[in-house]
Amino acid sequence: MMVAPIELEIGEAIGAPVERKEDHKLLVGQAQWVDNMRVPGMAYMAVVRSPYAHARITRVDVAPALAHADVVAAYSAADLQEEWAGSLPCAWLPTEDTKAPPHLPLAADKARYVGDGVAVVVASSRAAAEDAAELVEVEYEPLPAIVDPEAALAEGAPLVHDELGTNRCYTWRLDAGEVDALFDEAEVIVRGRFRQNRLIPTAIEPRAVLVQPLPANGEFTMWSTTQVPHIARVTLSGVLGIPEAKLRVIAPDVGGGFGSKLNVYAEEALALGLARRLGRAIKWTEGRSEGYLATIHGRDQWQEIELAANADGKISAVRARVVAAMGAYLQLVTPGIPLLGAWLYAGAYDVQGYSFECTGVFTHTTPTDAYRGAGRPEATYAIERAVDALAAKLGKDPVEVRRLNFIREFPNAIAAGLTIDSGDYDAGLDLALGTAGYKELRTEQAERRAKGDPKRLGIGLSTYVEMCGLAPSKILGAIRYSAGGWDTATIRCLPTGTVQVLTGVSPHGQGHETTWSQIAADLLGYDVDEIEVLHGDTAVVPLGMDTYGSRSLAVGGVALYFAAERIVAKARLIAAHKLGVEPSQVDYVRGRFTGPEDSIALKDIALAAWTAHDLPDGVEPGLEASFVYDPPNFSWPSGAHLAVVEVDTETGNVEVLRYIAVDDVGTVVNPLIVDGQIHGGIAQGIAQALFEEAVYDDDGNLLTGNMVSYLVPSAPDLPSYELDRTETPSPTNPLGVKGVGETGAIASPAAVINAVCDALAADGVTDIQMPATPERVWRALEEAKR
Amino acid sequence: MTHLELTVNGRRYREEVEPRLLLSDFLRHTLGLTGTHVGCEHGVCGACTVHVDGLATRSCLTLAVQVDGAEVETVEGLTRDGALTALQQAFHEHGALQCGFCTPGMLMAAADLLARGRPTREEIVDMLSGQICRCTGYEPIVRAIEQAAAS
Repeated sequence: MMVAPIELEIGEAIGAPVERKEDHKLLVGQAQWVDNMRVPGMAYMAVVRSPYAHARITRVDVAPALAHADVVAAYSAADLQEEWAGSLPCAWLPTEDTKAPPHLPLAADKARYVGDGVAVVVASSRAAAEDAAELVEVEYEPLPAIVDPEAALAEGAPLVHDELGTNRCYTWRLDAGEVDALFDEAEVIVRGRFRQNRLIPTAIEPRAVLVQPLPANGEFTMWSTTQVPHIARVTLSGVLGIPEAKLRVIAPDVGGGFGSKLNVYAEEALALGLARRLGRAIKWTEGRSEGYLATIHGRDQWQEIELAANADGKISAVRARVVAAMGAYLQLVTPGIPLLGAWLYAGAYDVQGYSFECTGVFTHTTPTDAYRGAGRPEATYAIERAVDALAAKLGKDPVEVRRLNFIREFPNAIAAGLTIDSGDYDAGLDLALGTAGYKELRTEQAERRAKGDPKRLGIGLSTYVEMCGLAPSKILGAIRYSAGGWDTATIRCLPTGTVQVLTGVSPHGQGHETTWSQIAADLLGYDVDEIEVLHGDTAVVPLGMDTYGSRSLAVGGVALYFAAERIVAKARLIAAHKLGVEPSQVDYVRGRFTGPEDSIALKDIALAAWTAHDLPDGVEPGLEASFVYDPPNFSWPSGAHLAVVEVDTETGNVEVLRYIAVDDVGTVVNPLIVDGQIHGGIAQGIAQALFEEAVYDDDGNLLTGNMVSYLVPSAPDLPSYELDRTETPSPTNPLGVKGVGETGAIASPAAVINAVCDALAADGVTDIQMPATPERVWRALEEAKR
Repeated sequence: MTHLELTVNGRRYREEVEPRLLLSDFLRHTLGLTGTHVGCEHGVCGACTVHVDGLATRSCLTLAVQVDGAEVETVEGLTRDGALTALQQAFHEHGALQCGFCTPGMLMAAADLLARGRPTREEIVDMLSGQICRCTGYEPIVRAIEQAAAS
């Protein structure tokens, strides 16, 4: 029977720095990674990959590989053609005319990036499979390649997909307000052109997949290093033509993702197809250098931004134009990634006119897709760099220009067309400036300049707002995303005093088991250790939309809250029956129902619901409830980050001396976990600003193809972080939560580069392309001297 | 195949291995000691760090046959009585792990450093230049090792 929910009070477990439940197994080496797993009859797969970025494939001969004693099978693309019922999935084609070329797990006619799979070998060991992969004979006719997305748009550029007649994948526009008129009226216009360096996500666990078939039943179990087991099941059933109900996908312990495992990959489809064809289990584990080619990259955009302002620095309109590399094919959400920033090019500032245009472009490179922040670091970088440029042009302090433009009324319908839920941007900025000692820093900066110190001091701000908690299904539909943005929770109060929580989100390092336990324990009056959180297995949790876009808590966590309401509503009926009173006479506070005379614990109700000996009429046995939550809005974290850097004008070296981050992520469930997310995000953002860049040569060879040449920073490269918080709970959900997974990576590149440019402003340097390596800094200084 | 005899976490093993087999693969797939992780296979990330005769060693850059007769310690050997060591406990308290994939290598590298005396913060940070973590931003790891060093 349906019963009215009662609003639950939030108690002490929510907000407590509970130490993580996940840690113990990870600390003693007992985690369950895909690469650990073995099943009977398992064979190993290796993929033969193109060494050319663009080449016609004229011959593939797998016979020499088949002659290897340990080889089970070897196939070219043509051999496997009939395994595929469809292309690998792209779930977001942003316009009606978006070009989505076929993308099968192996390339047949042409290779379109270095690393494109052209054949596959199965052997009794991984080593034998990799040995035999080298025996496959592939003849290529190399063709000219194009790697820069702007150059790929030029007339006569080599085409990635000949049949399209263009490298343009789509152009998507958003226009609001009288932008042209506002620019005509502007007293000041500033323009910026920025490069978003291509990044390699580098989760420390390489990808891996294991598929075990049960041929008699047509069933398949796939263990995968994925952030998205549910999306993988839906989409791979389509690629393989396997009924969805016959496919079980399990994401066991997953060692980081950062977006790179928010995808559905050729190797997953290959393992499924080969397991079906050969009737035996197939396993594949990626090598790191292989992964740098075959796992998605992030960013790779050119951005242009213009601000229209009056002489005081009040911004009236923003115009932004982005050219974004798709890479050679569309992966799961490749075209949509730059659009996740489409509403944010005015940042935290109140403007009347807004125009955004993005053109997605195919290039002969590894496909791009989600990398921590996905579209929002790019937008934040452009507007925060442009605001600093505006301040510089007017000779004003960047703080003053920001304050002049901050949005101050919430909820706020922004010009770009969405509604920011809550925030207090001044409070965050005040706190950051206070912690930093902003005035003193400016004094020190001036003193250093005055005495000609070759080590300049720079102070950079990034007062960001972002949108996460993906997402209201209706909005996703309106922007042509193929799925909903809801998520699920189930609470099962077991008769013996413990609780199972099932969640449709799928963690890979974020500590959901702890956070979800805190929420359930708090609302239902259990100890945190009495809650067991299950996730990442489509047979255990059939419905879910998984983990990305800082959505887990803001969607899945809120679903948990509403499931708890349903548990309490049902338990109250049983409690009233037990206490011999009307349900309306029973109060509920954290695990205990209290009537006029007596009280009873929720745990005892769970037992009574299970024995079912004496339940009120119409009440089903068992104490279990589910909820599917579709958020009414995105959530909108914000904050002020401040970087203090020292730039050595003699060597070009940049050192981040201090990094202050004040974030408003709404209600904090676990400050230990939230701080960890912010730390890690900042580290990745600093890495984008100063260290990391995937570099291709003109022939499309990835020059940074391993961890020696692609610089993932280590401890000596990074500062300590000074963290603080403001808290404006989101009014759109009863927990008040927003999301924290990406804020650090969104805010920090702009803060760091603003600081570097601030340090060198007096030297005449106005911009430095990311990553600001010593060479780039030194060259910028030399150029400014001319 | 080559005959190999060694001690891992105090237990003797006698195995026949291919000469080209990496120590990391030998530990993980021959012995089933999957606590040692492989993150890059070219000696950069440090996830595969184990102790060979007491010294922190990249098991992905070491052949199994090279450790014939040696004493190898892996993360599974840190907690033989089931209780976390002070170092592991400090990692837990400071949030020094998130996905945890780099953690066994971090622990083995840090244990090696701690065995040589009480390191300064600078020495800890310097040691960590050989261990890549993508989740934490390192600060909690540094703090955890500092705490373990003090205990």
